[in-house]
Amino acid sequence: MPLHNISNRQELVSFLKNKCVDIRKMIVQLTVTAGGGHVGGALSMTEMLVVLYQHIMNIEPSNPKKPDRDRLILSKGHGGVGICPVLCDAGYFPKSEMDGFNQFLSPFGMHPDMNKVKGIDMSTGSLGHGLSICVGLGLAARLDKASWRAFCVLGDGECNEGSVWEAAMSAKHYKLGNVIALVDKNKFMIDGPVEQIMSIEPFEEKWKAFGWKTTVIDGHSIEQLLDTLENLDPPDSQTPQCIICNTVKGRGVSFMEGQGKWHYGGLDELLEKQALEDIEKTR
Amino acid sequence: MAGGMSYNIDDLQDLTAAEAYGKVLVDLGKEYPEIVVLTADLAKSTKLGVFFNAYPERSFNMGIAEQNMVTTAAGLALAGKKPYLSTFACFASMRACEQVRTDICYPKLNVKIMGTHSGLSMGNGGTTHHATEDLAIMRSFANMTVVVPADGIEAAKLAQASVEHNGPLYFRVGRGFEPPVYDTMDYDFQIGKARTMAEGSDITVIACGVCVLQAVEAAEELADENDVSVRVINMHTIKPLDTEAILQAAEETGKILTVEEHNIVGGLGGAVAETLAEAGVPCKLKRLGVPDVFSVIGYPEELHRYYGIEIDGIKKGVKQMLDIPVDDEDDAH
Repeated sequence: MPLHNISNRQELVSFLKNKCVDIRKMIVQLTVTAGGGHVGGALSMTEMLVVLYQHIMNIEPSNPKKPDRDRLILSKGHGGVGICPVLCDAGYFPKSEMDGFNQFLSPFGMHPDMNKVKGIDMSTGSLGHGLSICVGLGLAARLDKASWRAFCVLGDGECNEGSVWEAAMSAKHYKLGNVIALVDKNKFMIDGPVEQIMSIEPFEEKWKAFGWKTTVIDGHSIEQLLDTLENLDPPDSQTPQCIICNTVKGRGVSFMEGQGKWHYGGLDELLEKQALEDIEKTR
Repeated sequence: MAGGMSYNIDDLQDLTAAEAYGKVLVDLGKEYPEIVVLTADLAKSTKLGVFFNAYPERSFNMGIAEQNMVTTAAGLALAGKKPYLSTFACFASMRACEQVRTDICYPKLNVKIMGTHSGLSMGNGGTTHHATEDLAIMRSFANMTVVVPADGIEAAKLAQASVEHNGPLYFRVGRGFEPPVYDTMDYDFQIGKARTMAEGSDITVIACGVCVLQAVEAAEELADENDVSVRVINMHTIKPLDTEAILQAAEETGKILTVEEHNIVGGLGGAVAETLAEAGVPCKLKRLGVPDVFSVIGYPEELHRYYGIEIDGIKKGVKQMLDIPVDDEDDAH
């Protein structure tokens, strides 16, 4: 069940686009509160998360542990500053709870903790773990004959990790059509461009070779995300599905877009103002 | 014996620890449909194949990919299952070390990990397949419980106790040729509660796993040959540690010898040393185990003798601590 009650398609797209502007502003402000954060990769996955939480996933923020909910595992766990505003906006917790983000004893930090942050389905942070979690979730849903799905959001640099491919191999082996991987392909890792540091190409072919139904879309296009995620094969289908989302690191902020150095960073008052103005222009 | 169980003491005495555990798990599987089992191409070796045969739909062979197996188990636990996974102790504790820590212990998930072929039991498999660090590694993880059953009977008791134990649990068993210590199922087994195998007043031997039987027999021989009264404690739970039993032994016997099929660093001996030092009790301590080296090749019995963690080595250690002259034939090496 979507979190909204909009039936008109155009209205929906416009609603979600506006949501992304609001969320991106929250990300920037949260990065300031937090004294720095993985802002580049948070801004690159905003549309993916907004479409999933607002429209695609069966969730109930007032009942975060609802047994038949869809799960989302943020395998790129450094996206804490990117996912928490989305969860907050969805209604899992009030904005004021994030006031102490990253500070001493805060439940909120760089990498989200499932036992401290409502709406987080698994504690993540170390890369290459999330897809294996989804394999376990997918197997459990199968045993329970349940129709919920396990979504996994991965980074492209993260796919250097061998365990991602162990998981990919096993999801196909166990025919887990209820496992959906979305790769935020923003093309940068800490040390530079993915293709320079450790090439993952041919990326689409790799997923296909592992037996996944694979599509490549523009990860900033609400329309393409809706079309793809609304038309997933049913959860009882036999093939796991990978959606490679081409994105731009630092999306929406002029001085961050496509800049590897904004993998992690802090913002002074001037940069914050500039960032918020840039984002507002995308509305 | 737990109700509805399909085995008796005679069955268990003929089974290896891993087989006994597997057998109990099959019985528990009837009562607990949420039990699922995973292995990494070691269903036969780790003896969980019986569960695979009984409940194929709840058994998952993840291939030779331990990291994925451990985290998949975490995912199953997140969705309410009770996963039991098994692989060799060296791989459970080291190949998938971070997955155990970060995906099972940190979120405190209900996953039970069986490390088989632990210690030196892989014999001529050598260092790559020996596990003499697993206790140190596993016990350093917050939320983790670490158990070393002394034999198949205790492994069966642990299997029963584990199903209602909430949270991560690691336990290790050998390759399966170890003789049993217990001749009855009729004793009280509690995770975290040491068991006194023999009363004694001159010295205490604290052992775990395969070394418990050796300690019990060494104590009997020492009583006969040297008129020494040796207390033997089976410290089957390394974490949470029964510090009360240790401190009582320190107070009443003043000398403690620890024996483990593990590096003397960080395992049972290390845990006992921490307890004694922190309590500030005057007590002589000696640790027997693999002396912080990579282990050599040989049959397990040869290795136990080489590292002095069998009857003769334990007798020698006790005599040294009690200032009893050691004969040449006591010399394990």
